[in-house]
Amino acid sequence: MKRRVVVTGLGALTPLGNSVNQTWESAVTGKSGIGPITKFDSSSYKSQIAGEIKNFDPAQFVNKQEIRRYDDFILYAIASSEMAMADAKLTIGPELSERTGVIIGSAIGGLATIEEEIELLLNHNNPRKIPTFMVPAILANSASGNVSIRFGAKGPINCAVTACAAGTSAIGDAYKTIVYGDADIMITGGVEAAITRMAVGGFSAMRALSQRNDEPQKASRPFDKDRDGFVIAEGCGIIILEELSVALNRGARIYAELVGYGCTSDAYHVAAPPPGHEGAARSMRIAIKEAGLNPEDIDYINAHGTSTPLNDLYETQAINFLFGEHVKKLMVSSTKSMTGHMLGATGGVEAIFAVKSLHENIIPPTINLDNPGEECNLDYVPNVSRRKEINTAMSNTFGFGGVNAVLLFKKYSESPVSEE
Amino acid sequence: MTLEEKVIKLIVDQLDVTKEQCVLEASFIDDLGADSLDIVELLMEMEEAFGVEIKDEELEKIVTIKDVIDFLKQKGVN
Repeated sequence: MKRRVVVTGLGALTPLGNSVNQTWESAVTGKSGIGPITKFDSSSYKSQIAGEIKNFDPAQFVNKQEIRRYDDFILYAIASSEMAMADAKLTIGPELSERTGVIIGSAIGGLATIEEEIELLLNHNNPRKIPTFMVPAILANSASGNVSIRFGAKGPINCAVTACAAGTSAIGDAYKTIVYGDADIMITGGVEAAITRMAVGGFSAMRALSQRNDEPQKASRPFDKDRDGFVIAEGCGIIILEELSVALNRGARIYAELVGYGCTSDAYHVAAPPPGHEGAARSMRIAIKEAGLNPEDIDYINAHGTSTPLNDLYETQAINFLFGEHVKKLMVSSTKSMTGHMLGATGGVEAIFAVKSLHENIIPPTINLDNPGEECNLDYVPNVSRRKEINTAMSNTFGFGGVNAVLLFKKYSESPVSEE
Repeated sequence: MTLEEKVIKLIVDQLDVTKEQCVLEASFIDDLGADSLDIVELLMEMEEAFGVEIKDEELEKIVTIKDVIDFLKQKGVN
């Protein structure tokens, strides 16, 4: 019988709060985490707004040496992993060490450090000024590496760098690692700390970012007719996955079961999704099939819903295509309306939203949805969260390079979901 | 601040150790928990703070706090 995988711990830092509880509280009350950029002077940039993490104190989690050496994305991953491990009441002793792995995704790694160091190098024209720990500070897999060191996790280690799908790819791969028997416990999710001049300038150059600078909290408006691009954000979402019997044997609290992962490529364009977004529909179908379920069994989708004109239209088309008549009963919301788009972290944080919605029976809303855009005809849970008993929750994320990654979570029940 | 005090302050700032641990005979690796890259990073800070240049072959000879102070004195820092 297929090995079953459950979620037993959650940890997060987001523009909505510095813990899962604060983030969830803000999300279900429909708060926006977007404001003017404070990390650099953005006055000459087209987009001057972002979802920043506020008042994070790394000293609560790491020593001053680590703070000095590491880029924020590593510090966010360590802090969120600490919170997730504490939430799971899990310590990795020698008997678990080699059966515990880490896969944390990030789209860009230590971009802020890269920018600072290049500036110093060019200004001084002196390679001796490059800090000793610059290289491990910028590598995208340094989040996984540092987390494995901290907890003594000696099993499989990897890092997904699939752009805005990185967190979802990481969790999907971690899930398969447990299903295939290569590990029993995985610390996984996504992280990003790239509200920088290069990232804001670069995404602006692609015309991808909202320019609603005078109304930051209204700028991220997925599926609304006045949406004008995504709002860049940062964050980290880490979940603890465990093989079911390992979790049961130690009496762990089980939030939900991870029952399916779909991954497809558009093979179409490096940045734009194709009309109809066939790859997204196929990715959702694969996840549902793996779970031994049918499209009619899906209750809630935490959408990719970036607030760009193309994504929201084509994601809606893909959902309509796959679910047909069932869309009348299906709830679809984009929490990016509140967090902004946390790039590689988004899959980690939105997996947490999907798991929490199953566990609490509350669906977080799509805020700023005043007038649905053309063809945007789904139940987007507009503006106010909804209390409803649900059994399944899906999380969609899509990334540059044509990546479509989908996770499917289900309420945990003793009987297996699939007899494959 | 004497040279010794300045050096010890830098070490305390760089290596997550206390002032009390920083006796002159303390070995960076054996007593202060540093590894070879920690020492490289620390000596780069010393270069910056005291305006000296430490060559790679000189770096290998530095084992204790006293070695750093002696080296800096040799270079004319006081």
